[in-house]
Amino acid sequence: MKHSRLLLPYTVWMTVFTLIPLGVVVFYAFTDSLTGAFTLANLSHLETYLPIFLRSIFLSLASSVICLLVGYPVAYTIAQTKPSRQRLLSMLLMLPMCMSFLLRTLAWVAMLEDTGILNRFISALGLKPLPLIRSNGAVILGMVYNYLPYMITPLYTVLMKIDRRLVEAAQDLGCNSRQVFTRVILPLSVPGIVSGVTMVFVPAVSTFYISQKLGSPGTTMIGDVIESQFKTAYNPNLGAALSLVMMVMIFLCIGFMNRFSDQQEEVMTP
Amino acid sequence: MGKELIRLTNLTMEFDGETVLDGINLYINDHEFLTLLGPSGCGKTTTLRIIGGFLTPTAGEVRFDGQIINDLPPYRRKINTVFQRYALFPHLDVYDNIAFGLRIAKLDEVEIDRRVQEMLDIVSLRGFESRKVTQLSGGQQQRVAIARALVNRPKVLLLDEPLGALDLRLRKDMQNELKRIQQALGITFIYVTHDQEEALSMSDTIVVMDKGRIQQIGRPEDIYNEPKNAFVADFIGESNILDGVMLEDYKVEFFGRKFQCLDKGFSPREPVDVVIRPEDIDFVPPAEAHLTGTVTAITFKGMQYDIIVDFKGFKWLIQTTDHQPIGKRVGIRLNPEDIHVMKKSEYSGLFGDYSSYSAEYDEIGEEDGDEA
Repeated sequence: MKHSRLLLPYTVWMTVFTLIPLGVVVFYAFTDSLTGAFTLANLSHLETYLPIFLRSIFLSLASSVICLLVGYPVAYTIAQTKPSRQRLLSMLLMLPMCMSFLLRTLAWVAMLEDTGILNRFISALGLKPLPLIRSNGAVILGMVYNYLPYMITPLYTVLMKIDRRLVEAAQDLGCNSRQVFTRVILPLSVPGIVSGVTMVFVPAVSTFYISQKLGSPGTTMIGDVIESQFKTAYNPNLGAALSLVMMVMIFLCIGFMNRFSDQQEEVMTP
Repeated sequence: MGKELIRLTNLTMEFDGETVLDGINLYINDHEFLTLLGPSGCGKTTTLRIIGGFLTPTAGEVRFDGQIINDLPPYRRKINTVFQRYALFPHLDVYDNIAFGLRIAKLDEVEIDRRVQEMLDIVSLRGFESRKVTQLSGGQQQRVAIARALVNRPKVLLLDEPLGALDLRLRKDMQNELKRIQQALGITFIYVTHDQEEALSMSDTIVVMDKGRIQQIGRPEDIYNEPKNAFVADFIGESNILDGVMLEDYKVEFFGRKFQCLDKGFSPREPVDVVIRPEDIDFVPPAEAHLTGTVTAITFKGMQYDIIVDFKGFKWLIQTTDHQPIGKRVGIRLNPEDIHVMKKSEYSGLFGDYSSYSAEYDEIGEEDGDEA
């Protein structure tokens, strides 16, 4: 009884800011923009946007994988250092997060632009400027840069908790350092990998700012389309339908990834 | 017992300038059950970890079969370890935990299965193959840890306080079990414990350690009956330790009285520590007594009463099956074999006085913290 009372603020919060808006999204998704009558027409447009959906998934998956490959060694190294050093390093890791997300992305624009810092440097060397910005690569770079801490943090948390004695036990049973990693550390860090990938993938797949600033019309992501439906095309019903589909897709992805992590280990979902 | 297998020479270990091991010299024979016994922080676990290859000594040599192995990594030693609190792999079930070392050694699955099954029989865990190790009781986890180590058929098994986390009853059972396994497989066991009773009942040889040094090496009987100094006498069982003077061979004086004893080889009038075990003392009518005193406390211990008797202000612990009321005048006799004389040491005067007696006195070493 008492416990349910403690949940009251959260319940109110969830109702007002999540459930009701969700209801609104569902309502809009299934109504006509002019008449307000029930319709499936909005969802029937999906086919048109399938390539954009697929591109969004591809770009965010690529970002997640790169974040994992870059982030795992970092998290592993931090987890190995002395506890006092660990605090400092994880603080440094979170430091870029103190800066505005928009600012961080704009900084990359300044770096990658055709007349940006990198290209000016390349020109100064007497070489031809490179088309750095407005590509899939630039979008992935932006996402990796922005979301890397979300990968490292859960990995670090899991790796730090792995009992040192398990490593010794593995060595004792004949493992060299590579085998210690593949047989013990990697399997035990799967929950961290799953959380990290989820925490990178979910915001990446729905992002619109990064692809607008660092991408081109050829790299439009589903977040961009949704934003434009609300802000420029004035078709909130289609926007709502696309949002709904994206949401379902994200839930499916989370559900799929959670199957990899072992039963008892809890997985953080954003 | 077989030939010499492991030899530690002048082994010294320092952590951050602090000496944890100070010149350990020790050899261990093949098929021996050797116990490193001592309180927390005495260096027993450090010694074990050096033998296992998890620590490299600051100075000194570790030899295995004559070869120096100071820098050989753990995975290349023919030694396996049962870790304190087991360190089982939580992502693997019982079977895969036991098979772990064999898979690393790339044995074929038929052979692995044969040996795992054999091990499951030895540790009585048949039927538990597919259980998760996190779902096992402490005793069962213990058995998995032993099986996981023994299945590799090591020359030497290191056991780091393996029974520390078990309750008393289970501990006794596992002591017998371990001794049985050790004898059946003929493997050298190096066992670390702070529990003197465990050490006495299981070991062929006991190494008593304190402050990073070996205090005494010997068979359980020798360690108990002929402790070398006050520390050993106090750590292995209860002891009344008194100041005495060795008058000549077989004659010692304490409490202003001369007693016959079995010890010799001291200088004339050499000050010594005299040990009298509480269970060796018999009550006699005061008229026939060597010493008389007053009972000041009595505690029922199940098998015996622990009685504190005040002799001229010095309190002794006496263990007996006879009840003696508090305040009673009692007399005791000491036979020559009840008296053990030790040379003075740095520990003289620190142990063996029950003047500050409390019922908790026998709980020294009950803490089982991880130590360096």
